[in-house]
Amino acid sequence: MLQRLSTFLYQRPRLVLALLLGPPMLYMTVVYLGSLFILLLNSFYYLEEFTGLIVREFTLRTYAQIFEPANRDIFARTASMAAAVTVADALIAFPLAYYIAKFASPRLKTWLIIAVTIPLWSSYLVRVYAWKLILAQEGILSWFIRLLHLDGALNWLLSLPGIGGSSLALSPIGMFIVFVYIWLPYMIIPIQTALERVPSSLLEASSDLGAKPFQTFRTVILPLAFPGVVAGSIFTFSLTLGDFIVPLSLGNSKFFIGQAVYSYQGTAGNIPLAAAMTMGPVIIMIVYLLIARKLGAFDAL
Amino acid sequence: MPSNVSYGQKASWGLTLAAWGGLLFLHVPILIIFLYTLTPDETTYTFPLPGITFKWFGVALQRTDLWRALTLSLRVAAVATVAALVLGTLAAAAVYRSQFFGREAVSFLLVLPIALPGIVTGIALRTSIGALDIPFSYWTIVVGHATFCVVVVYNNVLARFRRMQGSQIEASMDLGANAFQTFRYVVFPNIATALLAGGMLAFALSFDEVIVTTFTAGQQTTLPIWIFSQLTRPRDRPVTNVVALFVMLITFLPIFFAQKITAQSADTEGGSK
Repeated sequence: MLQRLSTFLYQRPRLVLALLLGPPMLYMTVVYLGSLFILLLNSFYYLEEFTGLIVREFTLRTYAQIFEPANRDIFARTASMAAAVTVADALIAFPLAYYIAKFASPRLKTWLIIAVTIPLWSSYLVRVYAWKLILAQEGILSWFIRLLHLDGALNWLLSLPGIGGSSLALSPIGMFIVFVYIWLPYMIIPIQTALERVPSSLLEASSDLGAKPFQTFRTVILPLAFPGVVAGSIFTFSLTLGDFIVPLSLGNSKFFIGQAVYSYQGTAGNIPLAAAMTMGPVIIMIVYLLIARKLGAFDAL
Repeated sequence: MPSNVSYGQKASWGLTLAAWGGLLFLHVPILIIFLYTLTPDETTYTFPLPGITFKWFGVALQRTDLWRALTLSLRVAAVATVAALVLGTLAAAAVYRSQFFGREAVSFLLVLPIALPGIVTGIALRTSIGALDIPFSYWTIVVGHATFCVVVVYNNVLARFRRMQGSQIEASMDLGANAFQTFRYVVFPNIATALLAGGMLAFALSFDEVIVTTFTAGQQTTLPIWIFSQLTRPRDRPVTNVVALFVMLITFLPIFFAQKITAQSADTEGGSK
């Protein structure tokens, strides 16, 4: 019986392909693409202010609301945070990735890769929570800063308009630190992967030809590792753009995109506006991915 | 492989310092949580700790709301993982064994749920659930989690398929095994550890997920949602510390073993090439 079925299938590779591909594609198309489509559809509806009901007819009114100053500020604020986080992550990740790829012994390297990968997969929420403890006004960081007699500098930093706040735990500076922290592994891994592919002979050739270490770094390593940086930036940028946990836990009343979407769909019940707001990150990410592909980032993934 | 040959020079002091500094930044904050599970202070996060106590572990064990949240999270993660294993392996097998139009599109579609911000998946599912009048339930959470777990299994299994020698399958068929026997005795042993690694990662990913879950859970509370509610409105600080520690451990172990498996198989396969 199985033998005959086996022969039957062997003669029909197209049927086998359909059987293999069918379930996953059906699931992803119906559940995922279907939902995205309904989301897109809803962004063209609008919420009737007086009745609080969603009017299901095609309109661009909801999209027009996005360009109101308050919402425009949310986009600008979120995009600048995402950009700042991406730059900081690249700066912190590069030395570590370079060290892992080119200097660590094979044994140490295995452990370092595990040490970087585990935080990438695990306990996103717990890692945010850790910073709630660290940044608290009475917490360990403030204690440390007082120990170094730097409280004056901290207060000055917190008094700056735009990035300051009542304490580190409730300010854009605090959010920035936490974002940099939680997305750092997403930047390290692609840079390390890109650097692994740079043959060591190339670096030796560069120094044999008389380049100083910094010159080798600038003219050989950096250009070859750049696609890795771009690949990492896709994650850090995209993840910051859509996050609402960090702003809700550490932010103040100044909204970020994710937070706005969360509150529009929740208490306000304004799903069309939440949907239209979400299209912002989607469009930004599609443009970002297209540019990243041009820069060769996908080979580094 | 060039990656196994380290660069003949020693790292400069500056680089070594920056590298280890980055690593410390990545791991020290987690240790702070360990410390805080021992604080007797219920209302603030005062440091240095005013004393040491172990009582919060006992208090956390008594909390029925925590047990309910934990059970729900485990049930969701288990079923989402099984769904991801089946769907991810099928997709990987299809992409590996045949050339077909739209092969790239399959990979793209599977990776989309993790490439786009989590909130997009979340709000899309939330909108559909609302539009189709589906009541929130255990299954709405599972269906949401499966969408982003599939790609993890798919990537692991596809990578293993690509390292597997196709000649093994041909040899098995030539020696008279049928497709099912070939799968059972040749293909499955080859991909077993990839399934294990992918499955464990999918499990950890689901157990820990909060962004999509927020939109698909309705009034239900998974463990991450419980923690999230404590993040925005801290009521049970010491118990939250214990829960955070527990979640750390429960996600750390599967990920650690998944990484070890992947690293080992990459080593052995890499040696033969």
